[in-house]
Amino acid sequence: MSFWRKVIAITEKDALSELRTREIIFSVLVFTLLVIVIFNFAFGTSQQVIVLVAPGSLWVTFAFAGILSLNRAFIPEKEQGCLEGLMACPISREAIYVGKILSSLLFMLIIEAIALPIFAVLFNLPMLSLPVIVITVLTTIGFVAVGTLFSAMAVNTKAREMVLPILFLPIVVPIIIAAVEASGLAIAGAPWSKFASWLQLILAFDVIFLVVSFLIFAFVIEE
Amino acid sequence: MGQNAAAQTGVVKVEGLTKTFGNQRALRGIDLEVGQGEFVVIFGPNGAGKSTLLRILAGIMNPSSGSVHISGLSFQDNAEEVRRRIGVVSHQTFLYGNLTAYENLAFYSRMYDVPRLEERIAEVATIVGMTSRLHDRVSTFSRGMQQRISIARSLLHKPAIMLLDEPETGLDQQAIAMLWEALRPADDGEKRSVILISHSLERGLELGERLLILDKGKIVYQGLKTALDLAGLKELYQQSTRVSL
Amino acid sequence: MARKILLWVSLALMVISLYLVFVYVPTEKEMGIVQRIFYIMVPTGWLAMLSFTVVFLGSILYLVRRDNKWDILAHSSAELGIVFTTLALIVGPIWAKPIWGVWWDWGTPRLTSTLVLWFIYLAYFMVRSLATEESRGARFAAVVGIVGFVDIPIIALATTLWQGMHPPALIFQESGLAPSMLLTLIVSIAAFTALYFLLLLQRVSMKNAEIEIQSLQELGG
Repeated sequence: MSFWRKVIAITEKDALSELRTREIIFSVLVFTLLVIVIFNFAFGTSQQVIVLVAPGSLWVTFAFAGILSLNRAFIPEKEQGCLEGLMACPISREAIYVGKILSSLLFMLIIEAIALPIFAVLFNLPMLSLPVIVITVLTTIGFVAVGTLFSAMAVNTKAREMVLPILFLPIVVPIIIAAVEASGLAIAGAPWSKFASWLQLILAFDVIFLVVSFLIFAFVIEE
Repeated sequence: MGQNAAAQTGVVKVEGLTKTFGNQRALRGIDLEVGQGEFVVIFGPNGAGKSTLLRILAGIMNPSSGSVHISGLSFQDNAEEVRRRIGVVSHQTFLYGNLTAYENLAFYSRMYDVPRLEERIAEVATIVGMTSRLHDRVSTFSRGMQQRISIARSLLHKPAIMLLDEPETGLDQQAIAMLWEALRPADDGEKRSVILISHSLERGLELGERLLILDKGKIVYQGLKTALDLAGLKELYQQSTRVSL
Repeated sequence: MARKILLWVSLALMVISLYLVFVYVPTEKEMGIVQRIFYIMVPTGWLAMLSFTVVFLGSILYLVRRDNKWDILAHSSAELGIVFTTLALIVGPIWAKPIWGVWWDWGTPRLTSTLVLWFIYLAYFMVRSLATEESRGARFAAVVGIVGFVDIPIIALATTLWQGMHPPALIFQESGLAPSMLLTLIVSIAAFTALYFLLLLQRVSMKNAEIEIQSLQELGG
């Protein structure tokens, strides 16, 4: 379908551009690692404490890394009027949205794929299990669904870097709560049934906001 | 597609176009017709609404009311079809600095469903004289070279209509000459329709067949170039933009 | 005309409500006099939600119809909404401290959700004022109004599930209300609701007047 071909073209374009500069991935990755290390210092060496704070630390880290990454989603489109150039092309506004969430998702998953093992090592906890990966992927989808919409708005405001967190964080509160609770249970080795309701919540959030953002995106970028 | 239909692809018809931003009325009722292959130049002071008009014609913006028909089709019913027929060149290049010229052109070829894109990219690169620099990053180009690639970009899909928003901004003489050489003739025989926004009365007079003056969201003068010389146009411009409320 | 009626109705309801809250309704057995705050706490929470619902509806209508009046409605409702939400956040802890012994309990779905709602209201205003142009600000705010409203049930669900995992130290049993209390509560809610609509109409007409003055200024200048 022409829709998906053009979506992939946008995602590939973003990936290619990122490959050239590695700007997003490097800077966000460095930030992520720094935060993990600082959390380690903040919470000390007692393994009991670490077990308690690990899920929260993980998701605070990913939430802020997500904000840093999403902030950059539309900056290249702002330069040289590229977003307008895209809007003049025979491509639907929604395809632009989907192309952008896929590229943001790609970057975030790469960063998380590197950060999770490091987390696991530094915190000495089994964080590389399938449940944790599933939780991470699902929550990240929620992040980019809403974050891409807000990023397109933020890039058109004064004080861009400040606006995105203010918009983004309140809205993703429910999936952060869910991700933290579910991760905690998963790390402790609980069976899927224990945190199934949290997973369902994240999934519902993803579906609802993918749909809502899909429908609203045109209003954000069109004058 | 019969000969008749093909011949009409460059026709633009604008009726009662208005655009309001909040409380600000940028366009207050524009009626405009551009015939197949016609070259129309739009002048006007800053804030007159020229760029807004062009953006609406390009399908980047929606009007508040009124209609735009391009070769009989409207954006409401057929946005993608309409955009396929339009090429846009602005003072902004629409290019991604980190990518090479080739990659930029390939991207837009995919956006416009350009068939046999490698061939076409080579063709447009030749038209704008940038074949040797195709695989260099756009960020390494001078302004003139970037604009040339931007023009190549706009020609990829062989548009029937060109919308130009002060494309000469920041270009040197050589680049400007090349710009006009590249834009006017269509490479499939049909002459393209052109709507040009220009600050230069001389250039407009030189290139245009029909001239319009826009001020405060309305067309305050419309006429054929044959009726005017540069002095006459200057006089007219000052008059129209002073008198209109 | 409507405003006059509304003014008298809300005045009357408020007076009646005050009487009911302070004189009529008997003191609650377990919690004492402090419990009367309940009759203000519930309405403010209700109004925080009602305001946002109006913001949501106004936002959708604005994006679809592009008529400024819907934006004015949404904006005005948001202004009232954040005031009532702030009130709810103040009254809540005041009620909680004597009853539960703590000012704040993250485990309470109601309080936590209200706090998040407050931040969503804040985002609504910030995106409006930080946008590069007014019309953009209105559009962006409308988006926040819609996304925020859709999120509220999810927030409520998350905070409720969360409470299930971490039951608060003291579980407050809202064991059915005596008829007199129910009456007081209903009248209280009605009074506040009437007040809300009065203030909303007032604010909307003020905004309309501001716009008129502005356009007159532009014409004259």
